[in-house]
Amino acid sequence: MADSRDEPLVLGIETSCDETGVGIVRGTTLLADAVASSVDEHARFGGVVPEVASRAHLEAMVPTIDRALKEAGVSARDLDGVAVTAGPGLAGALLVGVSAAKAYAYALGKPLYGVNHLASHICVDQLEHGALPEPTMALLVSGGHSSLLLSSDITSDVRPMGATIDDAAGEAFDKIARVLNLGFPGGPVIDRYAREGDPDAIAFPRGLTGPRDPAYDFSFSGLKTAVARWIEAKRAAGEEVPVRDVAASFQEAVVDVLTRKAVRACKDEGVDHLMIGGGVAANSRLRALAQERCEAAGIRLRVPRPKLCTDNGAMVAALGAEMVARNRAASSWDLPADSSLPVTEPHVPGTHGHDHVHEVSKENLYS
Amino acid sequence: MLLLALDTATPAVTVALHDGRDVIASSSQVDARRHGELLLPAIDRVLAEAGRKLDAVTGIVAGIGPGPYTGLRVGLMTAETFGLALGVPVHGVCTLDGLAYATDLEGPFVVATDARRKEVYWARYADSRTRVTDPAVDRPADIAEQVEGLPAVGAGALLYPDTFPKAHEPEHVSAAALARLAAEKLAAGGELPSPRPLYLRRPDAQVPKNYKVVTPK
Ligand SMILES: [Zn+2]
Repeated sequence: MADSRDEPLVLGIETSCDETGVGIVRGTTLLADAVASSVDEHARFGGVVPEVASRAHLEAMVPTIDRALKEAGVSARDLDGVAVTAGPGLAGALLVGVSAAKAYAYALGKPLYGVNHLASHICVDQLEHGALPEPTMALLVSGGHSSLLLSSDITSDVRPMGATIDDAAGEAFDKIARVLNLGFPGGPVIDRYAREGDPDAIAFPRGLTGPRDPAYDFSFSGLKTAVARWIEAKRAAGEEVPVRDVAASFQEAVVDVLTRKAVRACKDEGVDHLMIGGGVAANSRLRALAQERCEAAGIRLRVPRPKLCTDNGAMVAALGAEMVARNRAASSWDLPADSSLPVTEPHVPGTHGHDHVHEVSKENLYS
Repeated sequence: MLLLALDTATPAVTVALHDGRDVIASSSQVDARRHGELLLPAIDRVLAEAGRKLDAVTGIVAGIGPGPYTGLRVGLMTAETFGLALGVPVHGVCTLDGLAYATDLEGPFVVATDARRKEVYWARYADSRTRVTDPAVDRPADIAEQVEGLPAVGAGALLYPDTFPKAHEPEHVSAAALARLAAEKLAAGGELPSPRPLYLRRPDAQVPKNYKVVTPK
Protein backbone atom coordinates (compact mmCIF):
# COMPACT_ATOMS: atom_id res chain seq x y z
CA MET A 1 0.00 0.00 0.00
CA ALA A 2 1.28 3.43 -0.92
CA ASP A 3 1.98 6.11 1.65
CA SER A 4 -1.38 7.38 2.88
CA ARG A 5 -0.52 10.91 1.66
CA ASP A 6 -0.70 9.59 -1.88
CA GLU A 7 -4.21 8.33 -1.41
CA PRO A 8 -6.95 10.49 -2.88
CA LEU A 9 -8.51 13.09 -0.57
CA VAL A 10 -12.18 13.33 -1.55
CA LEU A 11 -15.19 15.20 -0.19
CA GLY A 12 -18.56 13.50 -0.72
CA ILE A 13 -22.04 15.04 -0.66
CA GLU A 14 -25.23 13.01 -0.11
CA THR A 15 -28.78 14.43 -0.35
CA SER A 16 -30.84 11.58 -1.83
CA CYS A 17 -33.37 11.49 1.01
CA ASP A 18 -33.66 13.32 4.33
CA GLU A 19 -30.02 13.40 5.47
CA THR A 20 -27.67 16.16 4.36
CA GLY A 21 -24.36 14.31 4.50
CA VAL A 22 -20.87 15.63 3.87
CA GLY A 23 -17.97 13.24 4.38
CA ILE A 24 -14.25 13.44 3.77
CA VAL A 25 -12.01 10.44 3.25
CA ARG A 26 -8.40 9.82 2.31
CA GLY A 27 -8.39 6.56 0.37
CA THR A 28 -10.08 4.11 2.72
CA THR A 29 -9.58 6.26 5.82
CA LEU A 30 -12.53 8.16 7.23
CA LEU A 31 -11.63 11.74 8.18
CA ALA A 32 -15.05 13.33 8.66
CA ASP A 33 -18.69 12.30 8.59
CA ALA A 34 -20.96 15.33 9.11
CA VAL A 35 -24.70 14.71 8.85
CA ALA A 36 -27.63 17.08 9.33
CA SER A 37 -30.93 15.23 9.42
CA SER A 38 -34.41 16.59 8.81
CA VAL A 39 -35.99 13.39 10.18
CA ASP A 40 -37.72 15.23 13.04
CA GLU A 41 -39.48 17.52 10.56
CA HIS A 42 -40.90 14.46 8.79
CA ALA A 43 -41.90 12.53 11.92
CA ARG A 44 -45.34 14.10 12.23
CA PHE A 45 -46.09 13.19 8.60
CA GLY A 46 -45.21 9.53 9.14
CA GLY A 47 -42.80 9.52 6.23
CA VAL A 48 -40.29 11.65 4.35
CA VAL A 49 -41.92 14.65 2.69
CA PRO A 50 -39.82 15.47 -0.40
CA GLU A 51 -40.29 19.24 -0.34
CA VAL A 52 -39.48 19.41 3.38
CA ALA A 53 -36.30 17.41 2.72
CA SER A 54 -35.24 19.62 -0.19
CA ARG A 55 -35.70 22.80 1.83
CA ALA A 56 -33.69 21.36 4.69
CA HIS A 57 -30.83 20.35 2.35
CA LEU A 58 -30.48 23.91 1.06
CA GLU A 59 -30.38 25.26 4.63
CA ALA A 60 -27.94 22.69 5.94
CA MET A 61 -25.47 22.29 3.07
CA VAL A 62 -22.94 25.08 3.65
CA PRO A 63 -22.76 24.64 7.45
CA THR A 64 -22.37 20.87 6.98
CA ILE A 65 -19.52 21.29 4.46
CA ASP A 66 -17.84 23.67 6.92
CA ARG A 67 -18.27 21.20 9.76
CA ALA A 68 -16.81 18.32 7.74
CA LEU A 69 -13.73 20.33 6.75
CA LYS A 70 -13.11 21.34 10.37
CA GLU A 71 -13.64 17.78 11.60
CA ALA A 72 -11.20 16.42 8.99
CA GLY A 73 -8.69 19.20 9.59
CA VAL A 74 -8.01 19.56 5.89
CA SER A 75 -8.17 22.48 3.48
CA ALA A 76 -10.60 22.39 0.58
CA ARG A 77 -7.65 23.36 -1.67
CA ASP A 78 -6.04 19.98 -0.97
CA LEU A 79 -9.00 17.92 -2.18
CA ASP A 80 -8.40 15.61 -5.15
CA GLY A 81 -12.05 15.56 -6.09
CA VAL A 82 -15.66 16.23 -5.09
CA ALA A 83 -18.11 13.33 -5.24
CA VAL A 84 -21.89 13.55 -5.06
CA THR A 85 -24.86 11.21 -5.12
CA ALA A 86 -26.27 11.61 -8.65
CA GLY A 87 -29.06 9.06 -7.98
CA PRO A 88 -31.18 7.18 -7.26
CA GLY A 89 -33.27 9.13 -4.75
CA LEU A 90 -35.75 11.99 -4.45
CA ALA A 91 -35.31 14.15 -7.54
CA GLY A 92 -35.57 17.56 -5.88
CA ALA A 93 -33.40 16.52 -2.95
CA LEU A 94 -30.69 15.05 -5.20
CA LEU A 95 -30.62 18.26 -7.23
CA VAL A 96 -29.64 20.35 -4.20
CA GLY A 97 -26.60 18.17 -3.54
CA VAL A 98 -25.62 17.97 -7.21
CA SER A 99 -25.82 21.78 -7.49
CA ALA A 100 -23.64 22.22 -4.42
CA ALA A 101 -21.09 19.65 -5.56
CA LYS A 102 -20.79 21.14 -9.02
CA ALA A 103 -20.33 24.65 -7.67
CA TYR A 104 -17.79 23.48 -5.09
CA ALA A 105 -15.76 21.42 -7.57
CA TYR A 106 -15.84 24.18 -10.18
CA ALA A 107 -14.85 26.92 -7.75
CA LEU A 108 -11.98 24.85 -6.36
CA GLY A 109 -10.84 23.61 -9.76
CA LYS A 110 -11.35 19.95 -8.81
CA PRO A 111 -12.87 17.07 -10.76
CA LEU A 112 -16.51 16.17 -10.06
CA TYR A 113 -17.70 12.59 -9.63
CA GLY A 114 -21.42 11.88 -9.78
CA VAL A 115 -21.82 8.48 -8.13
CA ASN A 116 -24.53 5.91 -7.45
CA HIS A 117 -26.14 5.92 -4.01
CA LEU A 118 -26.37 2.11 -3.82
CA ALA A 119 -22.76 1.53 -4.83
CA SER A 120 -21.80 4.08 -2.16
CA HIS A 121 -23.66 2.06 0.48
CA ILE A 122 -21.44 -0.90 -0.44
CA CYS A 123 -18.19 1.05 -0.77
CA VAL A 124 -18.53 2.65 2.67
CA ASP A 125 -17.46 -0.63 4.22
CA GLN A 126 -13.92 0.12 3.01
CA LEU A 127 -13.78 2.79 5.71
CA GLU A 128 -14.57 0.15 8.33
CA HIS A 129 -12.97 -3.09 7.18
CA GLY A 130 -10.46 -2.04 4.49
CA ALA A 131 -10.51 -2.73 0.76
CA LEU A 132 -13.61 -4.56 -0.46
CA PRO A 133 -13.04 -8.21 -1.33
CA GLU A 134 -13.63 -8.83 -5.02
CA PRO A 135 -16.19 -10.09 -5.60
CA THR A 136 -18.44 -8.93 -2.76
CA MET A 137 -22.07 -9.87 -2.25
CA ALA A 138 -24.02 -6.97 -0.77
CA LEU A 139 -27.41 -6.91 0.89
CA LEU A 140 -28.72 -3.33 0.96
CA VAL A 141 -31.77 -2.72 3.09
CA SER A 142 -33.31 0.63 4.01
CA GLY A 143 -36.50 2.63 3.77
CA GLY A 144 -35.82 3.21 0.09
CA HIS A 145 -34.23 0.00 -1.12
CA SER A 146 -33.91 -3.74 -0.56
CA SER A 147 -31.52 -5.38 -2.97
CA LEU A 148 -28.95 -8.10 -3.35
CA LEU A 149 -26.02 -6.93 -5.43
CA LEU A 150 -22.87 -8.66 -6.62
CA SER A 151 -19.85 -6.48 -7.36
CA SER A 152 -16.47 -7.49 -8.74
CA ASP A 153 -15.28 -3.86 -8.95
CA ILE A 154 -17.30 -1.23 -7.12
CA THR A 155 -16.32 1.49 -9.60
CA SER A 156 -17.43 -0.36 -12.72
CA ASP A 157 -19.34 -3.58 -12.10
CA VAL A 158 -22.39 -3.87 -9.88
CA ARG A 159 -24.80 -6.63 -10.86
CA PRO A 160 -28.32 -6.83 -9.43
CA MET A 161 -29.10 -10.34 -8.16
CA GLY A 162 -32.50 -9.51 -6.72
CA ALA A 163 -34.59 -6.73 -5.27
CA THR A 164 -37.92 -6.12 -3.62
CA ILE A 165 -40.85 -6.45 -5.98
CA ASP A 166 -43.00 -4.13 -3.84
CA ASP A 167 -42.04 -2.34 -0.60
CA ALA A 168 -38.57 -1.77 0.79
CA ALA A 169 -37.88 -3.54 4.10
CA GLY A 170 -37.58 -0.22 5.93
CA GLU A 171 -40.99 0.84 4.64
CA ALA A 172 -42.51 -2.25 6.20
CA PHE A 173 -40.93 -1.31 9.55
CA ASP A 174 -42.37 2.22 9.24
CA LYS A 175 -45.82 0.90 8.36
CA ILE A 176 -45.99 -1.61 11.20
CA ALA A 177 -44.68 0.98 13.67
CA ARG A 178 -47.48 3.28 12.54
CA VAL A 179 -50.14 0.59 12.94
CA LEU A 180 -48.78 -0.03 16.46
CA ASN A 181 -48.73 3.74 17.17
CA LEU A 182 -44.98 3.66 17.78
CA GLY A 183 -44.00 6.70 15.68
CA PHE A 184 -41.59 7.31 12.81
CA PRO A 185 -39.09 6.08 11.79
CA GLY A 186 -40.15 2.55 12.63
CA GLY A 187 -36.86 0.64 12.48
CA PRO A 188 -35.22 1.60 15.78
CA VAL A 189 -38.44 1.46 17.82
CA ILE A 190 -39.51 -1.96 16.48
CA ASP A 191 -36.01 -3.22 17.23
CA ARG A 192 -36.30 -2.01 20.85
CA TYR A 193 -39.70 -3.57 21.46
CA ALA A 194 -38.71 -6.78 19.71
CA ARG A 195 -35.88 -7.36 22.17
CA GLU A 196 -38.49 -8.02 24.86
CA GLY A 197 -40.79 -10.05 22.63
CA ASP A 198 -40.96 -13.64 21.39
CA PRO A 199 -39.99 -13.93 17.70
CA ASP A 200 -41.87 -17.23 17.44
CA ALA A 201 -45.08 -15.99 19.08
CA ILE A 202 -46.89 -15.38 15.79
CA ALA A 203 -46.10 -17.17 12.51
CA PHE A 204 -46.13 -14.31 10.01
CA PRO A 205 -45.64 -15.19 6.32
CA ARG A 206 -42.20 -15.28 4.63
CA GLY A 207 -42.70 -13.61 1.25
CA LEU A 208 -41.35 -15.16 -1.98
CA THR A 209 -39.86 -18.23 -0.30
CA GLY A 210 -41.78 -20.89 -2.20
CA PRO A 211 -39.94 -23.38 -4.43
CA ARG A 212 -41.06 -21.64 -7.62
CA ASP A 213 -40.50 -18.07 -6.37
CA PRO A 214 -37.55 -16.03 -7.64
CA ALA A 215 -34.59 -17.02 -5.46
CA TYR A 216 -33.21 -13.58 -4.68
CA ASP A 217 -36.19 -11.21 -4.93
CA PHE A 218 -38.03 -9.91 -1.88
CA SER A 219 -41.62 -9.01 -1.11
CA PHE A 220 -42.73 -7.28 2.09
CA SER A 221 -46.14 -6.04 1.06
CA GLY A 222 -47.95 -9.29 1.94
CA LEU A 223 -46.21 -9.46 5.32
CA LYS A 224 -47.17 -5.85 6.02
CA THR A 225 -50.81 -6.59 5.30
CA ALA A 226 -50.78 -9.83 7.32
CA VAL A 227 -49.36 -8.08 10.39
CA ALA A 228 -51.77 -5.15 10.10
CA ARG A 229 -54.73 -7.57 9.76
CA TRP A 230 -53.58 -9.58 12.75
CA ILE A 231 -53.37 -6.43 14.88
CA GLU A 232 -56.75 -5.18 13.68
CA ALA A 233 -58.37 -8.54 14.45
CA LYS A 234 -57.03 -8.37 18.01
CA ARG A 235 -58.35 -4.84 18.42
CA ALA A 236 -61.73 -5.76 16.91
CA ALA A 237 -62.00 -8.62 19.42
CA GLY A 238 -61.35 -6.14 22.22
CA GLU A 239 -58.11 -7.87 23.15
CA GLU A 240 -54.88 -6.16 24.02
CA VAL A 241 -52.26 -6.20 21.25
CA PRO A 242 -49.04 -7.86 22.47
CA VAL A 243 -46.82 -5.13 20.99
CA ARG A 244 -43.52 -6.75 21.93
CA ASP A 245 -44.43 -10.16 20.46
CA VAL A 246 -45.85 -8.58 17.30
CA ALA A 247 -42.69 -6.48 16.87
CA ALA A 248 -40.43 -9.49 17.44
CA SER A 249 -42.41 -11.83 15.18
CA PHE A 250 -42.70 -9.27 12.39
CA GLN A 251 -39.00 -8.41 12.61
CA GLU A 252 -38.09 -12.09 12.56
CA ALA A 253 -40.09 -12.62 9.37
CA VAL A 254 -38.21 -9.78 7.66
CA VAL A 255 -34.68 -10.67 8.73
CA ASP A 256 -35.24 -14.41 8.22
CA VAL A 257 -35.99 -13.87 4.53
CA LEU A 258 -33.26 -11.25 4.05
CA THR A 259 -30.48 -13.38 5.54
CA ARG A 260 -31.67 -16.65 4.07
CA LYS A 261 -31.64 -15.23 0.52
CA ALA A 262 -28.36 -13.39 0.99
CA VAL A 263 -26.57 -16.52 2.23
CA ARG A 264 -28.07 -18.58 -0.58
CA ALA A 265 -26.86 -16.03 -3.17
CA CYS A 266 -23.35 -16.21 -1.72
CA LYS A 267 -23.36 -20.01 -1.90
CA ASP A 268 -24.81 -20.13 -5.42
CA GLU A 269 -22.24 -17.64 -6.72
CA GLY A 270 -19.32 -19.03 -4.74
CA VAL A 271 -18.78 -15.72 -2.94
CA ASP A 272 -17.27 -15.97 0.53
CA HIS A 273 -17.96 -12.37 1.67
CA LEU A 274 -21.29 -10.75 2.47
CA MET A 275 -21.64 -7.07 3.31
CA ILE A 276 -24.86 -5.63 4.69
CA GLY A 277 -25.58 -1.91 4.37
CA GLY A 278 -28.42 0.60 4.43
CA GLY A 279 -30.39 1.90 7.40
CA VAL A 280 -31.98 -1.46 8.27
CA ALA A 281 -28.46 -2.90 8.71
CA ALA A 282 -28.53 -1.09 12.06
CA ASN A 283 -31.19 -3.61 13.17
CA SER A 284 -29.72 -5.72 15.95
CA ARG A 285 -31.59 -8.90 15.05
CA LEU A 286 -30.58 -8.65 11.38
CA ARG A 287 -26.94 -8.35 12.44
CA ALA A 288 -27.18 -11.27 14.85
CA LEU A 289 -29.00 -13.66 12.53
CA ALA A 290 -26.75 -12.77 9.59
CA GLN A 291 -23.70 -13.45 11.76
CA GLU A 292 -25.09 -16.81 12.84
CA ARG A 293 -26.01 -17.94 9.33
CA CYS A 294 -22.82 -16.67 7.71
CA GLU A 295 -20.71 -18.48 10.28
CA ALA A 296 -22.60 -21.70 9.63
CA ALA A 297 -22.03 -21.30 5.89
CA GLY A 298 -18.37 -20.29 6.11
CA ILE A 299 -19.05 -16.79 4.82
CA ARG A 300 -17.28 -13.71 6.23
CA LEU A 301 -19.80 -11.06 7.19
CA ARG A 302 -18.93 -7.36 6.97
CA VAL A 303 -21.37 -4.84 8.42
CA PRO A 304 -20.22 -1.23 8.95
CA ARG A 305 -21.05 0.53 12.21
CA PRO A 306 -24.67 1.80 12.23
CA LYS A 307 -23.74 5.45 11.53
CA LEU A 308 -22.08 4.39 8.26
CA CYS A 309 -25.07 2.21 7.30
CA THR A 310 -27.58 5.05 7.27
CA ASP A 311 -27.26 7.67 4.52
CA ASN A 312 -24.16 9.82 4.93
CA GLY A 313 -21.57 11.74 2.93
CA ALA A 314 -18.66 9.51 3.91
CA MET A 315 -19.99 6.67 1.77
CA VAL A 316 -20.12 8.98 -1.24
CA ALA A 317 -16.59 10.18 -0.53
CA ALA A 318 -15.46 6.55 -0.17
CA LEU A 319 -16.73 5.69 -3.64
CA GLY A 320 -15.40 8.98 -5.05
CA ALA A 321 -11.95 8.17 -3.68
CA GLU A 322 -12.12 4.76 -5.34
CA MET A 323 -13.07 6.46 -8.64
CA VAL A 324 -10.00 8.70 -8.35
CA ALA A 325 -7.76 5.79 -7.34
CA ARG A 326 -8.88 3.73 -10.32
CA ASN A 327 -8.68 6.61 -12.79
CA ARG A 328 -12.36 6.63 -13.63
CA ALA A 329 -13.52 9.51 -15.84
CA ALA A 330 -14.89 12.55 -14.03
CA SER A 331 -18.44 13.77 -14.64
CA SER A 332 -19.18 16.82 -16.79
CA TRP A 333 -20.61 20.11 -15.54
CA ASP A 334 -24.02 19.26 -17.00
CA LEU A 335 -24.30 16.18 -14.73
CA PRO A 336 -28.02 15.62 -14.11
CA ALA A 337 -29.63 14.43 -10.88
CA ASP A 338 -31.18 11.10 -11.92
CA SER A 339 -33.85 9.91 -9.49
CA SER A 340 -33.84 6.44 -11.12
CA LEU A 341 -30.14 6.01 -11.86
CA PRO A 342 -29.72 2.25 -12.53
CA VAL A 343 -27.73 0.30 -9.97
CA THR A 344 -25.56 -0.99 -12.82
CA GLU A 345 -24.04 2.49 -13.23
CA PRO A 346 -21.71 3.07 -10.25
CA HIS A 347 -20.86 6.53 -11.56
CA VAL A 348 -21.87 8.96 -14.29
CA PRO A 349 -18.80 9.71 -16.42
CA GLY A 350 -18.78 12.82 -18.61
CA THR A 351 -20.18 12.22 -22.06
CA HIS A 352 -17.88 14.57 -23.93
CA GLY A 353 -14.30 15.70 -23.32
CA HIS A 354 -14.06 16.96 -19.77
CA ASP A 355 -11.49 19.68 -20.40
CA HIS A 356 -11.15 20.67 -16.79
CA VAL A 357 -8.51 19.87 -14.23
CA HIS A 358 -7.15 16.39 -14.34
CA GLU A 359 -4.03 16.89 -12.31
CA VAL A 360 -5.01 13.73 -10.44
CA SER A 361 -3.62 10.94 -12.57
CA LYS A 362 -2.63 8.30 -10.12
CA GLU A 363 -2.13 4.60 -10.43
CA ASN A 364 -4.71 2.24 -9.05
CA LEU A 365 -3.79 2.38 -5.40
CA TYR A 366 -5.64 -0.63 -4.14
CA SER A 367 -4.95 -3.40 -6.58
CA MET B 1 -15.82 44.98 -8.67
CA LEU B 2 -16.69 41.81 -10.55
CA LEU B 3 -20.17 40.47 -9.85
CA LEU B 4 -21.44 37.10 -11.04
CA ALA B 5 -25.25 37.21 -11.18
CA LEU B 6 -27.54 34.24 -11.72
CA ASP B 7 -31.24 33.47 -11.50
CA THR B 8 -33.14 30.18 -11.79
CA ALA B 9 -36.50 31.25 -10.33
CA THR B 10 -38.27 31.41 -13.69
CA PRO B 11 -38.05 29.10 -16.74
CA ALA B 12 -34.91 31.07 -17.71
CA VAL B 13 -31.46 29.90 -16.66
CA THR B 14 -29.69 33.23 -16.76
CA VAL B 15 -26.13 34.28 -15.91
CA ALA B 16 -24.29 37.61 -16.22
CA LEU B 17 -20.93 39.11 -15.31
CA HIS B 18 -20.76 42.79 -14.27
CA ASP B 19 -17.44 44.60 -13.85
CA GLY B 20 -18.75 47.58 -11.88
CA ARG B 21 -19.38 49.67 -14.98
CA ASP B 22 -21.65 47.37 -16.98
CA VAL B 23 -22.45 43.82 -17.94
CA ILE B 24 -19.50 42.32 -19.82
CA ALA B 25 -20.98 38.90 -20.70
CA SER B 26 -24.30 37.15 -20.24
CA SER B 27 -26.32 34.08 -21.17
CA SER B 28 -30.02 33.24 -20.98
CA GLN B 29 -31.63 29.92 -21.88
CA VAL B 30 -35.28 29.10 -21.39
CA ASP B 31 -35.85 25.49 -20.30
CA ALA B 32 -37.96 25.06 -17.19
CA ARG B 33 -36.93 21.43 -16.65
CA ARG B 34 -33.15 21.56 -16.95
CA HIS B 35 -31.92 24.27 -14.59
CA GLY B 36 -29.60 21.79 -12.91
CA GLU B 37 -27.91 20.74 -16.13
CA LEU B 38 -27.69 24.17 -17.77
CA LEU B 39 -26.50 26.48 -15.00
CA LEU B 40 -22.86 25.46 -14.45
CA PRO B 41 -22.02 25.20 -18.19
CA ALA B 42 -23.63 28.64 -18.67
CA ILE B 43 -21.46 30.12 -15.91
CA ASP B 44 -18.39 28.50 -17.47
CA ARG B 45 -19.31 29.97 -20.88
CA VAL B 46 -19.98 33.47 -19.56
CA LEU B 47 -16.66 33.55 -17.71
CA ALA B 48 -14.81 32.28 -20.80
CA GLU B 49 -16.50 34.86 -23.00
CA ALA B 50 -15.35 37.63 -20.66
CA GLY B 51 -11.88 36.11 -20.36
CA ARG B 52 -12.20 35.90 -16.58
CA LYS B 53 -11.80 33.13 -14.03
CA LEU B 54 -14.29 32.47 -11.27
CA ASP B 55 -11.73 33.36 -8.57
CA ALA B 56 -11.61 36.95 -9.87
CA VAL B 57 -15.26 37.41 -8.85
CA THR B 58 -15.74 39.73 -5.85
CA GLY B 59 -19.39 38.96 -5.17
CA ILE B 60 -22.26 36.71 -6.19
CA VAL B 61 -25.77 37.96 -6.89
CA ALA B 62 -28.58 35.41 -6.81
CA GLY B 63 -32.27 35.72 -7.61
CA ILE B 64 -34.13 34.59 -4.48
CA GLY B 65 -37.47 34.11 -6.21
CA PRO B 66 -40.30 33.73 -5.67
CA GLY B 67 -40.33 30.93 -8.23
CA PRO B 68 -40.89 27.19 -8.60
CA TYR B 69 -38.83 25.68 -5.80
CA THR B 70 -36.85 22.96 -7.51
CA GLY B 71 -35.35 25.33 -10.07
CA LEU B 72 -35.00 28.17 -7.58
CA ARG B 73 -32.84 26.04 -5.28
CA VAL B 74 -30.39 25.21 -8.10
CA GLY B 75 -29.36 28.85 -8.36
CA LEU B 76 -29.34 29.55 -4.63
CA MET B 77 -27.33 26.42 -3.79
CA THR B 78 -24.83 27.23 -6.54
CA ALA B 79 -24.48 30.85 -5.39
CA GLU B 80 -24.10 29.91 -1.72
CA THR B 81 -21.49 27.26 -2.46
CA PHE B 82 -19.49 29.67 -4.63
CA GLY B 83 -19.59 32.09 -1.72
CA LEU B 84 -18.21 29.42 0.59
CA ALA B 85 -15.48 28.23 -1.78
CA LEU B 86 -14.35 31.71 -2.87
CA GLY B 87 -14.89 33.51 0.41
CA VAL B 88 -16.92 36.27 -1.26
CA PRO B 89 -20.30 37.74 -0.23
CA VAL B 90 -23.52 36.36 -1.73
CA HIS B 91 -26.26 38.94 -2.28
CA GLY B 92 -29.91 38.10 -2.72
CA VAL B 93 -32.16 40.04 -5.05
CA CYS B 94 -35.89 39.47 -5.41
CA THR B 95 -36.44 37.98 -8.86
CA LEU B 96 -39.49 40.20 -9.39
CA ASP B 97 -37.30 43.27 -8.73
CA GLY B 98 -34.94 42.12 -11.49
CA LEU B 99 -37.86 41.90 -13.90
CA ALA B 100 -39.10 45.33 -12.81
CA TYR B 101 -35.67 46.89 -13.25
CA ALA B 102 -35.53 45.65 -16.85
CA THR B 103 -38.74 47.50 -17.81
CA ASP B 104 -37.70 51.17 -17.53
CA LEU B 105 -41.36 51.96 -16.86
CA GLU B 106 -41.94 55.38 -15.30
CA GLY B 107 -45.35 55.00 -13.65
CA PRO B 108 -46.88 52.26 -11.48
CA PHE B 109 -46.98 48.70 -12.83
CA VAL B 110 -47.16 45.06 -11.82
CA VAL B 111 -44.70 42.19 -12.18
CA ALA B 112 -46.24 38.70 -12.30
CA THR B 113 -44.47 35.39 -12.93
CA ASP B 114 -45.94 31.92 -13.36
CA ALA B 115 -46.38 30.16 -10.01
CA ARG B 116 -48.05 27.13 -11.70
CA ARG B 117 -51.25 25.65 -10.20
CA LYS B 118 -53.13 28.53 -11.86
CA GLU B 119 -51.46 31.10 -9.60
CA VAL B 120 -48.97 33.92 -10.08
CA TYR B 121 -46.13 35.32 -8.00
CA TRP B 122 -46.58 39.07 -8.13
CA ALA B 123 -45.83 42.49 -6.65
CA ARG B 124 -46.70 46.12 -7.43
CA TYR B 125 -44.12 48.75 -8.30
CA ALA B 126 -44.16 52.59 -8.24
CA ASP B 127 -41.36 52.61 -10.82
CA SER B 128 -38.70 50.24 -12.09
CA ARG B 129 -36.67 50.57 -8.88
CA THR B 130 -39.40 50.80 -6.25
CA ARG B 131 -41.51 47.87 -5.11
CA VAL B 132 -44.56 48.89 -3.04
CA THR B 133 -45.96 45.49 -1.99
CA ASP B 134 -44.39 42.31 -0.65
CA PRO B 135 -44.11 39.50 -3.18
CA ALA B 136 -47.20 37.31 -2.94
CA VAL B 137 -48.74 34.25 -4.56
CA ASP B 138 -52.39 34.39 -5.64
CA ARG B 139 -54.91 33.35 -8.23
CA PRO B 140 -55.09 36.05 -10.92
CA ALA B 141 -58.86 36.51 -10.48
CA ASP B 142 -58.37 37.19 -6.75
CA ILE B 143 -56.04 40.15 -7.36
CA ALA B 144 -57.84 41.65 -10.35
CA GLU B 145 -58.92 44.71 -8.39
CA GLN B 146 -55.46 45.40 -7.02
CA VAL B 147 -53.82 45.36 -10.44
CA GLU B 148 -56.65 46.93 -12.43
CA GLY B 149 -55.58 49.36 -15.16
CA LEU B 150 -51.87 48.83 -14.50
CA PRO B 151 -49.34 47.76 -17.11
CA ALA B 152 -47.83 44.36 -16.25
CA VAL B 153 -44.73 42.39 -17.20
CA GLY B 154 -43.65 38.78 -16.76
CA ALA B 155 -44.83 35.36 -17.91
CA GLY B 156 -47.56 35.32 -15.25
CA ALA B 157 -49.05 38.51 -16.65
CA LEU B 158 -48.80 37.27 -20.25
CA LEU B 159 -50.48 34.00 -19.23
CA TYR B 160 -53.63 35.62 -17.78
CA PRO B 161 -54.80 38.42 -20.13
CA ASP B 162 -58.20 38.63 -18.35
CA THR B 163 -56.49 39.93 -15.23
CA PHE B 164 -53.56 41.62 -16.99
CA PRO B 165 -54.90 43.10 -20.28
CA LYS B 166 -51.91 45.44 -20.51
CA ALA B 167 -49.28 42.69 -20.21
CA HIS B 168 -46.06 42.94 -22.19
CA GLU B 169 -42.39 41.89 -22.28
CA PRO B 170 -40.04 41.07 -20.64
CA GLU B 171 -41.36 37.58 -20.05
CA HIS B 172 -38.53 36.23 -17.84
CA VAL B 173 -35.91 37.81 -15.61
CA SER B 174 -32.42 38.35 -16.98
CA ALA B 175 -29.31 38.06 -14.83
CA ALA B 176 -28.01 41.16 -16.65
CA ALA B 177 -30.82 43.23 -15.12
CA LEU B 178 -30.26 41.56 -11.75
CA ALA B 179 -26.54 42.41 -11.92
CA ARG B 180 -27.17 46.04 -12.91
CA LEU B 181 -29.68 46.49 -10.10
CA ALA B 182 -27.34 44.92 -7.54
CA ALA B 183 -24.33 46.93 -8.78
CA GLU B 184 -26.34 50.15 -8.55
CA LYS B 185 -27.49 49.39 -5.00
CA LEU B 186 -24.05 48.30 -3.81
CA ALA B 187 -22.37 51.36 -5.38
CA ALA B 188 -24.84 53.57 -3.52
CA GLY B 189 -23.83 51.87 -0.26
CA GLY B 190 -27.07 49.96 0.00
CA GLU B 191 -27.45 46.51 1.52
CA LEU B 192 -28.90 43.47 -0.19
CA PRO B 193 -30.67 40.65 1.63
CA SER B 194 -29.02 37.30 2.31
CA PRO B 195 -29.75 34.69 -0.37
CA ARG B 196 -32.67 32.95 1.38
CA PRO B 197 -35.40 31.60 -0.90
CA LEU B 198 -38.81 33.27 -1.07
CA TYR B 199 -41.03 30.19 -1.10
CA LEU B 200 -44.29 31.95 -0.12
CA ARG B 201 -46.06 28.58 0.17
CA ARG B 202 -45.75 25.94 2.84
CA PRO B 203 -44.53 22.54 1.63
CA ASP B 204 -47.27 20.17 0.47
CA ALA B 205 -47.66 17.41 2.98
CA GLN B 206 -50.50 15.37 4.35
CA VAL B 207 -50.47 14.48 8.03
CA PRO B 208 -51.89 10.99 8.48
CA LYS B 209 -55.04 10.87 10.63
CA ASN B 210 -55.31 9.08 13.97
CA TYR B 211 -51.58 9.24 14.32
CA LYS B 212 -49.86 9.68 17.62
CA VAL B 213 -46.31 9.06 18.70
CA VAL B 214 -45.57 6.72 21.58
CA THR B 215 -41.91 5.98 22.00
CA PRO B 216 -40.71 3.54 24.65
CA LYS B 217 -38.18 4.67 27.22
ZN1 LIG C 1 -29.61 4.83 1.25
